[in-house]
Amino acid sequence: MVEPKLKEHVINRNWCKGCGICVYFCPKKVLELDAGDKVVAKRPEDCLCCKLCEFRCPDLAIEIITDQESE
Amino acid sequence: MAIKDYIRERFFPHIWCPGCGHGMVLNGLLRAIEKIGLDKNEIVMVSGIGCSARISGYVDFHTLHSIHGRALSFATGIKMSRPELKLIVPMGDGDALAIGGNHFIHAARRNMDMTAIIINNRIYGMTGGQHSPLSGYGTMSATSPYSNIDNDFDVVELSVAAGASFVGRTTTYHTKQMTDILGQAIIHKGFSVVEIMSQCPTYFGRKNRLGSAIDMLEGFRKNTTPIGSKAKQKDPDLIERGIFVRKKMPEYCDEYDKIIKRAMKGN
Repeated sequence: MVEPKLKEHVINRNWCKGCGICVYFCPKKVLELDAGDKVVAKRPEDCLCCKLCEFRCPDLAIEIITDQESE
Repeated sequence: MAIKDYIRERFFPHIWCPGCGHGMVLNGLLRAIEKIGLDKNEIVMVSGIGCSARISGYVDFHTLHSIHGRALSFATGIKMSRPELKLIVPMGDGDALAIGGNHFIHAARRNMDMTAIIINNRIYGMTGGQHSPLSGYGTMSATSPYSNIDNDFDVVELSVAAGASFVGRTTTYHTKQMTDILGQAIIHKGFSVVEIMSQCPTYFGRKNRLGSAIDMLEGFRKNTTPIGSKAKQKDPDLIERGIFVRKKMPEYCDEYDKIIKRAMKGN
């Protein structure tokens, strides 16, 4: 199976409540909270596309789009 | 179908606190429904009262936000009149086992084809953090400021004893297992119970000094183990998660159909 490649992190800033669950459980520490306590993808180049952030987000506010989904 | 197609986006962001486990259950449930490929029109979600009950407002299925503890009774009525629909009944621990305890055990006994999800955060969150039948001995809450002297139910043992034909337990930390168990519970023909241990950082976490939502999730990771693991033999205090019971039993609506046929023959 070909490894999925990241296209983008789609973050809904209106829905994000800044709980930090995605930031903490990201295995590559890609995500951070900004000054307004909203999540941002600080190091997207390190993203493994494991989607743990997307599965764990209590606010449905983050989505990982990979090259495999757009095909 | 993306999971966003299953929600009513106009009601978001939802009312739950930052880090609340209920949102994670919603997330996992939508993925389970997407995975088994159910159509929105096949599903009825019935809920009672409480933080957990608000979940029915956010999903774009047929939904019914009913009265405290009686979600399973409303669901029973719907199932009897439209047995082809899939019933999903999310409830909080207090809603399911205190106010609705009687309804819960009898729905399980009848083995009616529906999925009861008990989102167990061990407290009444909406009304300000009173202790529930799942808080457990020694816990702190607004109504047990010198610690709780009530013992708690074991949801799995209670459900098995009441006759549920599918019983599972997982936590909000184990998202993939949650999606998997919820999917299997929905497909299962008969009364399915899934206990999902969930975090209430606002009340249960704060009153019991368990830290943030993240700390509570780490707690679920440390304090649970798959059924029959070696870790459980070493440390009996670990809580087992997985599918405890899955058996074929006569389903209530099917049996009722048989009764109708038998009665009609008499005429």
